[in-house]
Amino acid sequence: MAVSQTRSMGLPLINLLRLRGVPILQQLHLEERLLRTSYDNWCIINDGTTKPTIVMGVSGKAEELLEIESVIRDEIPVIRRFTGGGTVIVDQGTIFVTFICNKDAFPDLQSYPQPIMSWSSLIYKKVFQGIGDFSLRENDYVLGNHKFGGNAQSITKNRWVHHTSFLWDYQTSNMGYLKLPKRAPEYRQARGHLDFICRMKDHIPRSNFIDRTIDAVGSHFVLTSADLEASQSPLSLNFEPSSRLLKREELEEAIFKSRARRACAASAPQAS
Amino acid sequence: MASSLLWATRAASFLRISVPYRGFATVCKDLKYADSHEWVKVEGNSATIGITDHAQDHLGDVVYVELPEEGAEVTQGAGFGAVESVKATSDINSPVSGKVVEVNRELNDSPGLVNGSPYENGWIIKVEMKNVDELNCLMDPDQYSKFCEEEDAKH
Repeated sequence: MAVSQTRSMGLPLINLLRLRGVPILQQLHLEERLLRTSYDNWCIINDGTTKPTIVMGVSGKAEELLEIESVIRDEIPVIRRFTGGGTVIVDQGTIFVTFICNKDAFPDLQSYPQPIMSWSSLIYKKVFQGIGDFSLRENDYVLGNHKFGGNAQSITKNRWVHHTSFLWDYQTSNMGYLKLPKRAPEYRQARGHLDFICRMKDHIPRSNFIDRTIDAVGSHFVLTSADLEASQSPLSLNFEPSSRLLKREELEEAIFKSRARRACAASAPQAS
Repeated sequence: MASSLLWATRAASFLRISVPYRGFATVCKDLKYADSHEWVKVEGNSATIGITDHAQDHLGDVVYVELPEEGAEVTQGAGFGAVESVKATSDINSPVSGKVVEVNRELNDSPGLVNGSPYENGWIIKVEMKNVDELNCLMDPDQYSKFCEEEDAKH
């Protein structure tokens, strides 16, 4: 049996999978399946998703993170994904870039959150060279002091995934579905969503960002184009992903919890 | 300075903790260790499992612990749960095979116990072991200390 080639010219091989308009839940299922059942490195670029969708991290609590009554009224889907991190609302204006890698793709890279985050910033530093004041600030990608992408990771024994949802554009009104998170980086300084984030379209054309990202990836990997069929394998047939859509009953229960919290806070004795 | 170092040495000795030469993460003498940075304390057929000080230090503040169900089977080297820190979920792998008989429910409200007390109050699961011979695959404290030093030196 042939041993699969993992390196060429000293660089690890990576399968580049370019998608367009794939629903975010389908993308998350694909990522988790590749993380758990593939032995290859993957870079997935999904150019926009379908309808506006809220995506919470693995431990996200809807009652703390969302304006649930508005979410239910407007029938906004809410997903809990398999990676850590915060809450985003994604739509056609979002560009997704995901890396799924073997730990030994980069033997000098420790597979812990901070080193992986720093490694990823090297790629985007190259993307934005000469274009904007890019930096990695407290685990966020920023232009100046405005966040333009949400990052999250999942790390297994031998592989890791690092994925980003980039705000190339967004609907201002959609940010109204998200509460201010309890856990926030210091540099946010209690700014509301609209003062904290920025649109990438004000800095770089959409196709230019994707092309520059692929070029930057090519400086760390040897790229091979792949399609969805190539992402299937016998091992993946029985895999059950954990990212899922929250049911309406769960969101209604979250409203109840949210009201209970407010009632407790209101009735707590005031400090004298 | 000298007296505080002596106090620290005596305290470490009392607590049966050895501190590696460069003063990195602590390692406990009574435990066995996996190369994925979990520890196991064996008492008869029972194993208590958690993640090491090295792991919690590198992961950052733990904000959530995904626990298995009591009664679930675990396999040596395979994942049974996860911790969340700094926007990442990281698998926790079992150093031994067996059945989960107890999970540390304190971690639901206080996940930070994994950071503050990785070898004591931050324990994660207790397992009824299937095969004690599996312990032979694990590292002793000195081997694990050296393993951590080598891993950190490489990066």
